[in-house]
Amino acid sequence: MLILTCPCCGVTGEETEFHAGGEAHIKRFGPGSSEDEFHGYLFTKENAKGVHFERWRHNNGCGKWFHAARCTVTLEVFGTYSAQTYEPPQEIKDKISAKRPGWSWREFA
Amino acid sequence: MSNPVSALQGASFDGFAKVEEAGLCGMITLRGDLASAKVKKAVVNATGTEMPGQREVKVAGENALAWMSPDELLALVPYGEVTDKIAAIDKALAGQHYLAVNVSDARAVFRVSGTGVREVIAKLSPVDLSADAFTPGMIRRTRMAQVPAAFWIGEDGSATVICFRSVAEYVFNLLKGAAAPGSEVGLLG
Repeated sequence: MLILTCPCCGVTGEETEFHAGGEAHIKRFGPGSSEDEFHGYLFTKENAKGVHFERWRHNNGCGKWFHAARCTVTLEVFGTYSAQTYEPPQEIKDKISAKRPGWSWREFA
Repeated sequence: MSNPVSALQGASFDGFAKVEEAGLCGMITLRGDLASAKVKKAVVNATGTEMPGQREVKVAGENALAWMSPDELLALVPYGEVTDKIAAIDKALAGQHYLAVNVSDARAVFRVSGTGVREVIAKLSPVDLSADAFTPGMIRRTRMAQVPAAFWIGEDGSATVICFRSVAEYVFNLLKGAAAPGSEVGLLG
């Protein structure tokens, strides 16, 4: 069971109050992109063992989307942050580095 | 004109706590920039309450103003006054980016009173309902069993539960089950 804190309304709730929205920080390739790019956008997802970034929605609460950084092995949640960003904020990266030195996830480390 | 009726027309149940459907309640959902002075003034004028902060509800008699999300408020007013209140908001906020909609007939409201109110709700929602953690003046949007709901507990210890009208009967049955005599847990009093 994950305990998440919604950065939009400040509620700390358990997993069933939220809904997972898949991998975070995906760049969309739509019309005009090459087939390889579109294929990559649709199918090549991270399947991390350890540090992972996800999108979540507070669907039984304020209804807002946000990002969460967590560990898929221990279910530890490193932090949640705004959806209006292209990459994890430095503060979240520092928290992860303190607990999982040498972590990397896609282009972030 | 059709005759407006609430979802369960005032159904009630006496268990260790009393569960009643509150009948017709006027509800206005307002979306907009809650930091804007004009928006604040318009809703506060409509309900006669103070402006609630994050996750707060302000109650004044029959009226209430609840913080629902960073850009959404729910104003509770007498059923018959909703149209006038919305007209007043529309007038005050003309030209602004906002939305004020009458949702009175799209929601159902329940009141839970008596002993063990906190226990009835704690059985259904993943929320810490101890008196220290969930105090009067706070509103919590969460789920009740399988459906979304919002509730607060007033100074008098009774709870107000708001859910979608389409699940009114489901929520009433949940509350009935949770308040069934003999099912007291005795943890929250």
